[in-house]
Amino acid sequence: MMRRIIVPLAAGTIFGAGLTIGGMTNPARVRGFLDLFGDWDPTLAFVMGGAVMVMALAWMVQRRMRRPVFAEGFSLPDRNDLTPRLVGGSALFGIGWGFAGLCPGPGFAALAIAPASAAIFVAAMLAGMLAVRLMEGHG
Amino acid sequence: MTLPGFPDAAPLAGLAGGVMIGLAAAIMLLGAGRIAGVSGIAARAFGLADSSMPRIAAWAFVIGLPLGTLVATSLTEAPAPGFATPATLAIAGLVVGIGTRLGSGCTSGHGVCGMSRLSQRSLVAVATFMATGFATVAAMNALGLEVLP
Repeated sequence: MMRRIIVPLAAGTIFGAGLTIGGMTNPARVRGFLDLFGDWDPTLAFVMGGAVMVMALAWMVQRRMRRPVFAEGFSLPDRNDLTPRLVGGSALFGIGWGFAGLCPGPGFAALAIAPASAAIFVAAMLAGMLAVRLMEGHG
Repeated sequence: MTLPGFPDAAPLAGLAGGVMIGLAAAIMLLGAGRIAGVSGIAARAFGLADSSMPRIAAWAFVIGLPLGTLVATSLTEAPAPGFATPATLAIAGLVVGIGTRLGSGCTSGHGVCGMSRLSQRSLVAVATFMATGFATVAAMNALGLEVLP
């Protein structure tokens, strides 16, 4: 029971700290990166580069493991098909991301910096997720 | 340290933050056997997605995010960043929520976890949301739309 909570809690906490140290809870930094044709701020590329480098190593380790350290097995996405839904959804996400300079991780993390603003973003995001779920016919 | 040509960029802080995000995602992968995709985990926590992840684990991850930010901000003296107006945040949040569910992921799941394993779906997703992100900011700038204080 405890390890089911400790591992994701530790991961989420380090993730949130990393987002803030990397400047990603500052919408101006994020929009600065997306302002490719204007006053471009490459900081986000360093954040993404650092994270991808570490995770590339983690995937190499993962391939040599039979099971995760604190769970019975790996539960990983295995789809490889490119669908209109994937592209259309990602396109929409990019529009929302550029609009206010927030994606889901920094949205939750920013609850610790600007609770009112972040709560509006998070609530609207959850409403959007609920809308997709209802459209798909789930309760 | 500053980057030549980009006086406002923070490459070292960015890299340090990125390495921490990578470590966090590695802990999820090697510890719990799961992808640290924030949109999917958040949807699971709030009962908006079917997943084998225990809801309590999803909640623990989501609660960790602001907790980590709280620790990081208490250790540094950076000025508080500015956020968009409530109306802008609401529209942006709605679009992000719909888009990440349809697209099965966001900057963390597709960007950090998917790109690093060279997932074809994630590479296409990242290229797509980067492109529309660039286009959105460019269009808003062309129209003179300022959203941040």
